[in-house]
Amino acid sequence: MAIFVNSETRLIVQGMTGRSGTFYTDEAIRYGTTCLGGVRPGKGGSSHIGLPLFDTVAEAVAATQANASLVIVPATHAGPAMIEAIEAGIGVVVCVTERVPQHDMSRVKQALAGTDTVLIGPNSQGILTPGQCKIGVMPTVNALPGHIGIASRSASLTSEVLAQCSKAGLGQSTTVGIGGDTLHGVGFVECLKAFRDDPETEAVVLIGEIGGRGEEEAAAYLETVDYGKPVVALVVGRHAPRGRRMGHAGTLSVLGGGTAADKIARLRAAWVEIAAHADDVVAAVARATARTPDTAATR
Amino acid sequence: MFLAEYQSKELLAQYGVSVPDGHQARSPEEAQRLCKEIKAPKYVVKAQIGAGGRGLAGGIRFAATPSAVAQEAGRLLGGVLVTDQTGPAGEVVDLILVEAAIDIAQSCFVAIALDPSSGGPMLLASGAGGVEFEQRARMDESIAQGCALPEDSAGARARIAEFLSGIGLTEAQDGALDAIFAARRAFMDNDMTLVEINPFARTRDGRWIAVDAKVAIDPNAGFRRPEFASMVAERPAPADELAAARHNINLVRLEGNIGVVANGAGLGLATNDMIVDAGGKPANFMDIRTTASSMDVARGIEILLGDGRVTAILLTIHGGGMTTADTVAEGVNFAYAKAARKLPVIAYMSGKHADWGHRILRDRKVPVESCDTITAAIGRVVALAGQGRTR
Repeated sequence: MAIFVNSETRLIVQGMTGRSGTFYTDEAIRYGTTCLGGVRPGKGGSSHIGLPLFDTVAEAVAATQANASLVIVPATHAGPAMIEAIEAGIGVVVCVTERVPQHDMSRVKQALAGTDTVLIGPNSQGILTPGQCKIGVMPTVNALPGHIGIASRSASLTSEVLAQCSKAGLGQSTTVGIGGDTLHGVGFVECLKAFRDDPETEAVVLIGEIGGRGEEEAAAYLETVDYGKPVVALVVGRHAPRGRRMGHAGTLSVLGGGTAADKIARLRAAWVEIAAHADDVVAAVARATARTPDTAATR
Repeated sequence: MFLAEYQSKELLAQYGVSVPDGHQARSPEEAQRLCKEIKAPKYVVKAQIGAGGRGLAGGIRFAATPSAVAQEAGRLLGGVLVTDQTGPAGEVVDLILVEAAIDIAQSCFVAIALDPSSGGPMLLASGAGGVEFEQRARMDESIAQGCALPEDSAGARARIAEFLSGIGLTEAQDGALDAIFAARRAFMDNDMTLVEINPFARTRDGRWIAVDAKVAIDPNAGFRRPEFASMVAERPAPADELAAARHNINLVRLEGNIGVVANGAGLGLATNDMIVDAGGKPANFMDIRTTASSMDVARGIEILLGDGRVTAILLTIHGGGMTTADTVAEGVNFAYAKAARKLPVIAYMSGKHADWGHRILRDRKVPVESCDTITAAIGRVVALAGQGRTR
């Protein structure tokens, strides 16, 4: 099962002929992802690393029945590329591009409204269902199929937490990078809802950071449902200075709020087990599982 | 990226937002001379720095006469202003704005930003703005109310008018609406990520004036806004942060003595949290971006080695994507190969090619100690940095 992507996923890559596009398409194929072609305007009809190229997403979809797209194009073109994928009816659009202008994302969000497309990113490591499908730029050496769902604003921290989980025998159902930007596609709430409906997922780990309202919205959602599965959260930036952009654009809160302390308090009040620091996630999953009846995330 | 107040006001004024009569000055004499061109019974002298929180830090001063303006300008220019948003080193004031002081009947707060949920522009407003607004907004987020801000039309005006009535902005609403929709046009036309007008002030004769304004432009849109480069060049920023940015590295200077290298923003934040929890003090936040080459990493390490405050370096690296652990290790090695000052390195490396990374550091004679967990690495570096301080 897993969420959003699995062994049935049929991928195309927008920007496949670039340096990064070539590298990560090759990595995805080696991992076992079903990759059917690439989109590069002007190169339609030719091929690249053994896959056919198309001028438009619509042509690629018509020829390959693709249902997912990896957008790995320069920031100048990422907004229009995402909109093209959404308009072509692609089910899962994953954008790993960093530094996409906010007003371009504004247009992407408007194109997304009312469609069934799941947008992951931008500025995300992508999505990984271990053993089935990799769409993105994350390392897979430590990934292990299993029952922990991870949704995260940070690529590096996801890889680290995933490695620690695997070392402790906790495999993953799906890991989703929701991205480090202020405006992005799916958020913690959409991931929580999908993980709740996924029978493979037995516990969820949220990796948050300062800025934005994503963690607060996750807490508000969890307060309204009987979630039924243990939820753990790691929120970083507790000691970061205020009013500074710490790497990710989304860490800067323009109007106050968004502190780690507030987010942790809100999540804790929503019955979420808080990981005290990056080395405490595995222990926090055990604590959360122990106090949540009828689950067996660690079995 | 925030623009200075005078730049923000110039941009907004082009779209029809009223701002106080004013001029910038770089010397007390210039400030005094410019008063002749400002029609006002009273003046205000304002330090032009990038950070907010000026009002409470003494960066805004009132003056009744041109000679008093010169005096206040003399106090501000060349001085350092430390606000709750500048960091402890503060910012040097080399430019001031001299303006007509406004006789305020009502102080409001209005801001425009993109709504992270819908993606569309939204208006945030409060009927009670002023210098302490930011402080109050931190305590109580509900102090500013938000609503979608559609394009200017009769229907949109009616909806916004109703919203403004609800937050206590009831007088002279037509003028307020003109200013808000003018600010929206400026926001949409210029790739802005924030327009904040506070105070948004009503005068006794019913005009609405942007007494202070803060505009943030989107550095990621610089490719289609060539004017951004010159706007930003006028603003000060620490030299090492600019050097780091040229090499695909996000660097923020902090107060401590532990140089931190992490490949990823989240890992960097997590590392700094754990250092502070363990009683240490990070000298910086460093995020090596996923596309960084080993030469980029080397520049980042050189910045830390060249920082006299740093007594030990901590690497928290999770190899992945294009920047694997060995790429980072090579970068450290490049920097150490030509460095005169070789600070001890504590390394936690995991992920792709972690073993290879450890081997490179050891074999190339970087003074490195490897640890198996982040916690262990932080324990060591905090102990080491503590010794370095007392030596």
